[in-house]
Amino acid sequence: MTSAVPTVSPSPGRRAWRRFKRNRLGFWSLVLFSVLVALSLFAEVLSTDKPLVVRYEGTTYFPVLRDYSEKTFGGDFETPADYLDPFIRKRITQGGNWAVYAPNPYGPKTLNYFASSPNPAPPSRENFFGSDDRGRDLLAQLIYGFRVSVLFALALTVIGVVLGVITGAIQGFFGGKTDLAFQRFIEIWGSMPELYLLIIFSAIFAPSVALLLVLLSLFGWMGLSDYVRAEFLRNRQMDYVRAARALGVSNLQIMWRHILPNSMTPVVTFLPFRMSAAILALTSLDFLGLGVPPGTPSLGELLSQGKANIDAWWISLSTFAVLVITLMLLTFMGDALRDALDPRKTDT
Amino acid sequence: MTAPLLDVQGLRVAFGGKEVVHGIDFHIGAGEKLALVGESGSGKTVTALSLLRLVQNAQVQGSARFAGAAGGERDLLALSEHALRGIRGKEIAMIFQEPMTALNALYSVGDQIAEVLELHEGLSKRDAQAAAVQLLADTGITEPERRARAFPHQLSGGQRQRAMIAMALACKPRLLLADEPTTALDVTVRAQILDLLSALQQKHGMAVLLITHDLNLVRRFADRVAVMESGHIVEQGPVGGVFGAPQHAYTRRLIDSRPTRDVVPPPTTDAPPVLAAQGLRVTYPVPRPGIAGWFRSGAFVAVQGADFRIAPGETLGVVGESGSGKSTLALATLGLLRHDGALEVGGQRWGAGSTQDRTLRRTMQVVFQDPFSSLSPRMTVEQIVGEGLTVHSPELDRAARRERVLAALADVGLGEAQFPALLDRYPHEFSGGQRQRLAIARALIVDPSLLVLDEPTSALDVTIQKQVLGLLQRLQRERGLSYLLITHDIEVIAAIAHQVIVMKDGAILEHGPVEQVLEAPEHPYTRKLVAATVAG
Repeated sequence: MTSAVPTVSPSPGRRAWRRFKRNRLGFWSLVLFSVLVALSLFAEVLSTDKPLVVRYEGTTYFPVLRDYSEKTFGGDFETPADYLDPFIRKRITQGGNWAVYAPNPYGPKTLNYFASSPNPAPPSRENFFGSDDRGRDLLAQLIYGFRVSVLFALALTVIGVVLGVITGAIQGFFGGKTDLAFQRFIEIWGSMPELYLLIIFSAIFAPSVALLLVLLSLFGWMGLSDYVRAEFLRNRQMDYVRAARALGVSNLQIMWRHILPNSMTPVVTFLPFRMSAAILALTSLDFLGLGVPPGTPSLGELLSQGKANIDAWWISLSTFAVLVITLMLLTFMGDALRDALDPRKTDT
Repeated sequence: MTAPLLDVQGLRVAFGGKEVVHGIDFHIGAGEKLALVGESGSGKTVTALSLLRLVQNAQVQGSARFAGAAGGERDLLALSEHALRGIRGKEIAMIFQEPMTALNALYSVGDQIAEVLELHEGLSKRDAQAAAVQLLADTGITEPERRARAFPHQLSGGQRQRAMIAMALACKPRLLLADEPTTALDVTVRAQILDLLSALQQKHGMAVLLITHDLNLVRRFADRVAVMESGHIVEQGPVGGVFGAPQHAYTRRLIDSRPTRDVVPPPTTDAPPVLAAQGLRVTYPVPRPGIAGWFRSGAFVAVQGADFRIAPGETLGVVGESGSGKSTLALATLGLLRHDGALEVGGQRWGAGSTQDRTLRRTMQVVFQDPFSSLSPRMTVEQIVGEGLTVHSPELDRAARRERVLAALADVGLGEAQFPALLDRYPHEFSGGQRQRLAIARALIVDPSLLVLDEPTSALDVTIQKQVLGLLQRLQRERGLSYLLITHDIEVIAAIAHQVIVMKDGAILEHGPVEQVLEAPEHPYTRKLVAATVAG
């Protein structure tokens, strides 16, 4: 491509992105992590106990999208078909009929009543990663658990960043008494026993992912707001802010257009680390049984199963591997981001 | 001629393959004062630092033969790190521009000087302390014994630089490298430090390599001068010869860069003044010690009762040293600081209401000293310059705004011909002088009648300084602008101001037409200030 304006150098953000790309470890971590997250978003197709397409006696069915009764495929009951049932499986694959199963033919809650070995079962052709102590497929658990963890962490990070930036910006920009009042509030708020509150609330309310998100968000913004406050305190003294004031630009505009873009470095740098911290928080709460409601696939719950069934090594080992890889990818990305945003680094 | 003390041949310095000093030759005789002159980026500091191999990650080539006291000539660039450490501080000492960062904040000044003596001269602790006090006394510091126990932050800038000099001279070096030793100091202190250096140089018979951008300093201090431009020495010789009959075009330009006066007297009209202040007073709250500080804070008076008026087309220069309250005065007139007293901009007062304030902002704009911090690094030229229009002329659409931005940029001498896609560029692509032009364009776009210039040229190189001053003079002629010019530099005042205010410690000492104040100053402080500039 020939550019019409060859001499213009890119914006600071674009240059940071270039530096980030030059860090191969960080860049490929980002690629791999994105692919994993994207795949996990399609978990309903990749790992489900229902066949994707069934061709049965001249008619095409999509069990993934709709429920069909057993009778549809020549069974005896009106109940939804269990496609792991050898009888049904035989009916829909015999003769001219055919069925396309998902790559991993189990959902997160699927109990295989026709398993050939007792639970928890070691890895086999039936369950690639083995099954847990309730007979659920471990690979399906890991895929859905990973997705819950990442989406939860993403939501928690976004909420934390928004709250942290807003409170930090207000403290840093206005300073003085506003800052003083906010700082005292943060000190009081930060000294509340977070874990006890979680235990108390999980006793009062029905545990759910949303409740957990709210509770963790209430405490998650404080660390970031300190950094943003410091950046705002520094940047509001800069001459370009004074010049904007002299131009008559409103406070909100000064914060939004002038100070915020110049204060985002700590925010962006901490994003991956905050995400890995959020994943760890959810995992440990689940491990303690204070996290997501029972039945929700979760890495922490799998870890506690691994602890309970220490001889079923495949449970703890594979969960551990998923956690380590996820957190490592995030850490590599964070390191690369920190280097890319370091103002002392040049492009050469 | 005897063999020189230091003979540098073919010195080349490169950083990561990029050469910044391209093979320079110079020599310093024993007891000689050589000045290395150049603008920022010419490689003069790197040259001095690389003589002691103090630059990190640099590839240094060439030779620097030094006739040390220990007998025999040695090539500084080929010595082992260990041998060089014996020379650093003992035979070749160095003083830096910013004494605050060059001194360790956690040790008292006396301890730091004594440390050098213990290290190089092997003195006992007690003797070293006594010698340190004596050295401080030699530099003319008052109460040397008390100062020796002081920490760097407890001393003034001039005292710190004296302490640095005392430390550098502790081992009676044969060569002193002085890197911009007076740049961070106020003008009146500059002259004192320079005199001190001269006196000590004669007393000890040491050679001095003075690195500076200030030609006045060279004239006053050096025997010989070497002019550096982008890594080359373009001319060297005795000071009188080089300044009297410069050979190289760059030297001529440098000597020629004294700002010239090219202003028209303000038109005599009956129009009301653009700015009038009566008893303008600014105070800062300062915390009080003890329990009393919980309930009340004390007040530091930064500006005490200033009276002045600026007529249309007139420049009022405010001159003073650091801490004199001149920048505070500028911020207060801009309505950015809480102030007492009457301050009227075009007959209106600040704080009457947000709508009135906004119209006032339009009549009054500001240009700051540091062109690097005054432009947001994450905004494009179009966003920076066009911001005033989005506030004051929101009715303009994007195309009309662009047109006005380009016109304002053309006014300050920045065009698309020079910089393709000028509007989409970010500040980091521009040099200091160009950034200052951007800042002026940002101020001009709302068509103000008064510009507050807060040290508009002091962060710039001398040749650029002249250009920017020329631009300001032209803009005043063309647009009839009024300026409130804040500066520490008498030369700038002489070049551009009509009226002058001299400030010290928040008070106005003298106020009058520029000719009168500069040529027949009444206040002793003004006399001192003017004398320091003319001489130093």
